[in-house]
Amino acid sequence: MDTKNSTNQRQLTVRISRGTEDGSYSTYSVPWRENQTVLDVVTEVQRTQEPSLSYRYACRVGVCGSCAMTVNGKPRWTCRTHVSRVEEGGVIVIEPMRNMPRIKDLVVDMSEFFQKWARAGNTFVGTATRNDPPALVSPQSKKRKQADAAIECINCGVCYAACDVVSWDKDYLGPAALNRAWTLFNDERHAHPKDVLHKATSGSGCNSCHTQGSCMKHCPVSLSPTGSIAGLKRSAILSLLKGG
Amino acid sequence: MEARLFALQRLTAMMMAPFVLVHVGLVIYAVRGGLTAGEILSRTQGNWFWIAFYGLFVLSVSVHVPIGVRNILIEWLRIGRPAASVIGLAFGAGLLVLGVRAVAAVGGLMQ
Repeated sequence: MDTKNSTNQRQLTVRISRGTEDGSYSTYSVPWRENQTVLDVVTEVQRTQEPSLSYRYACRVGVCGSCAMTVNGKPRWTCRTHVSRVEEGGVIVIEPMRNMPRIKDLVVDMSEFFQKWARAGNTFVGTATRNDPPALVSPQSKKRKQADAAIECINCGVCYAACDVVSWDKDYLGPAALNRAWTLFNDERHAHPKDVLHKATSGSGCNSCHTQGSCMKHCPVSLSPTGSIAGLKRSAILSLLKGG
Repeated sequence: MEARLFALQRLTAMMMAPFVLVHVGLVIYAVRGGLTAGEILSRTQGNWFWIAFYGLFVLSVSVHVPIGVRNILIEWLRIGRPAASVIGLAFGAGLLVLGVRAVAAVGGLMQ
């Protein structure tokens, strides 16, 4: 398709972090097209120049949350990031997500990220049986609105990679897990909201957050884990003052 | 424990806000008015208002500061919670002793 123009095609310089250690980069040159995402670029490099390049993706359209990487220093969904928005002088630098152990190239081990999800008390326990009618939760209720504001998280890990507190304190549960805890705490059907609060505040939980707001700034779906964490802190302190 | 420490730190911060404002105002007043140490002591010694004011101030500081120091130790030096708690407690005890001694001296309770 592009063969006719291939001789005068603009080229994009792509520096990709390779291997399992920090500091090793390979530089590639790929055709710089009008309409091109960072994921397209990584795929093009892998298919045409570097078959051994490891990266992760699935849906390509911002639904699955698999393709998050660090692009020019910032964590992003590569499938929803157009090259035109991030290139600096015709160069993009692609690295794996921060704060997670690296497996190889652009692939990180997300096990700890998901384990922290469980540690934050994020297991739903229902009170109804299958014989009960579906719970009626008013869309206008305060709790439902609070849960709604935070519920669209798809666990891409961008907020976790953006968070400086995670980089200081390896035990910190992180924005995604605490954001989920806030939605579960506000779920009227959940049997143990106090337990969520207890787990979300213990150890390096929500109280370790410095409210820097990097999670909120970088969240690809514009959620505010910062706000959710503030909600957890507020609820925990109120619960404590009430003797809970 | 973390939730309690968090709550205590916020509550002591709320207590300290007026203390700090009054204390700073007092320092400015004393310096600008050219009061000597003797003149200041003559006003504070035996004055239970100032003894209670600075006594509570010292108590709030001895609770508030060690919690922050503990957090800094955990985050910056990456030492574990038990060790950070011990250092924080020792630091708090030190502040309390120094503070109480100062209040006792200024309040004229150490004759």
